[in-house]
Amino acid sequence: MPQIARLLPLLALLLTAGASHAELEIVISRGVEKAVPVAIVPFGFSGAGPAPATDVAAIVAANLQRSGRFAPLDRRDMLQRPTRGEDVDFRSWRAVGVDALLVGQLVQTGADQYTIRFQLFDALRGEQLLGFQLPSSEAALRASSHRVADLVYEKLTGVPGIFSTRIAYVSVSGQRLAKPTYRLIVADADGENPRVLAESPQPIMSPAWSPDGRRIAYVSFENRVAEIYIQTLRTGDRQRASARPGVNGAPSWSPDGRRLALTLSRDGNLDIYTLDIAGQVVTRITDWPSIETEPVWSADGRTLYFTSDRAGNPHIYRVGSDGGRPERVTFEGRYNARPRLSPDGKQLAVVHNDRGNYRIATVDLARGFTQVLTDGREDESPSFAPNGEMLIYATREAGRGVLATVSADGRVRQRLSSGQDDVREPAWSPFLVN
Amino acid sequence: MIRMRTLLVLLMSVWLAACAGRSGTTVDDDVFDGVGADGSATSRGIGDGSLGQGSEFGGDGVPGPRGGVLDGRVIYFDFDRSDIRGEYTEMLQAHGRYLASNPNARLRLEGHTDERGSREYNIGLGERRAQAVRRVLMLQGVQGSQLITVSYGEERPAVIGSDEEAFALNRRVELIYTQ
Repeated sequence: MPQIARLLPLLALLLTAGASHAELEIVISRGVEKAVPVAIVPFGFSGAGPAPATDVAAIVAANLQRSGRFAPLDRRDMLQRPTRGEDVDFRSWRAVGVDALLVGQLVQTGADQYTIRFQLFDALRGEQLLGFQLPSSEAALRASSHRVADLVYEKLTGVPGIFSTRIAYVSVSGQRLAKPTYRLIVADADGENPRVLAESPQPIMSPAWSPDGRRIAYVSFENRVAEIYIQTLRTGDRQRASARPGVNGAPSWSPDGRRLALTLSRDGNLDIYTLDIAGQVVTRITDWPSIETEPVWSADGRTLYFTSDRAGNPHIYRVGSDGGRPERVTFEGRYNARPRLSPDGKQLAVVHNDRGNYRIATVDLARGFTQVLTDGREDESPSFAPNGEMLIYATREAGRGVLATVSADGRVRQRLSSGQDDVREPAWSPFLVN
Repeated sequence: MIRMRTLLVLLMSVWLAACAGRSGTTVDDDVFDGVGADGSATSRGIGDGSLGQGSEFGGDGVPGPRGGVLDGRVIYFDFDRSDIRGEYTEMLQAHGRYLASNPNARLRLEGHTDERGSREYNIGLGERRAQAVRRVLMLQGVQGSQLITVSYGEERPAVIGSDEEAFALNRRVELIYTQ
């Protein structure tokens, strides 16, 4: 079982990283064959106080492993543990087969002041690829470690890392006791640091990040009808954005952050509208006697993709964001719903019914080709990472909702477990400005 | 947990049997408690979070008519369908007559789906089912102002489970008198 062999070092890393306190714990369910071998050597520490508990190298290694593109060397296989470039013996690292090597130190520079200093090497050529130092408080060391991982990832792949981003999701506890508590949670991209944004005995649904990552729109039934709220992450302030009669659902932010596309119902029929948030002006986009819902904007703000069952079964359509005649986009299978655009605008992630199972698929918009990425029975809510390399989605395991990630090419799949709660509707944040 | 489900299914069957037998009991109170429906029978000490609590319906008793087919408060649907099966005609006619002759009565129609598929699309399916019930009632002379429809989609299952039995019990419209 090569997967289990792969899992053991990861678990060790997670334990050293203190991940046992995490709400979400990452378990690799499907490996990757062509992961690049790298060595993330434990960082040294120098300073007056005791070394902080945060293990920078362990966090960096766990992130790289989770991306599916790297296979960090198990610490137990490290014969040497240099913390400076001049101490690295490249021949011995080449001998254990690593392509790249990260060494570094955590230096205490004052009371609650640290500097993370690190060097990234091409182990084959013995060349330094990156030397960097990053100041940090002790509390920010975990976040700073994600920054290190982002820099390493970008240097090695040419693609920005997503380790400093966040995920929002909905968690439900107590459902089996008929006393459910619904929580809107925001956590780091690795599942650590979960924080409750909102909590209610009534359902919470459909979290959607604003383009600047500062606000989240979501649906709450706290008044026993569906209403859309917008909450500011930092302050917790929230406004009720839409509480019109009937359904208020499926909010999606325009790229400029000024409008929401949403679903409203008049006379019981769901259609797509846009809402100018500040002016509270509603514009009707579709007008059809079937279900039209789950709108999402193109990056240029000109097009809305949405789900409609006007042809009998749900499929994806597109329409101008000022209205017009909708055009059908998906034709494969009998069920395609909840579209999300890839950051480059070339792919649409959907919930696709594949021979009776609901699975995550991508649709190539230029060629119309559908690729099924997952193998669950009730997979839903795909959301692209802002670098387009991975998607997070909801799946079921032993009757419970859990989150999972899959690489955009479908090769690497991982499950994120979450204790006892039922977890669903993950939404990956945009890149966040520090 | 499986035992819990079995118990709920059992309660459901007891209640269905009660309906069929015209027993006129209030078994459905138990059902609502058990399945976590949004009925007034359940009073929950909740809402210590940052959100508002919403308002409870009713007060001491459960509003609405009692006896015979009027005790029927749940309509089940076939997969992916929103048309009302013939077995509910008599029950809906009775509710329609009651509402038409009691203009102050208010009925909340809560539409639900099973857990499969996309959540917001399921809100649409639940709404479609609630609207189907609404149309039938309005044909009986019920005023639109007496009815409110709310779709919960798959968010409030009556039964936890991922098999056909659970799916069938979750595809439903609940009739909840609020006044």
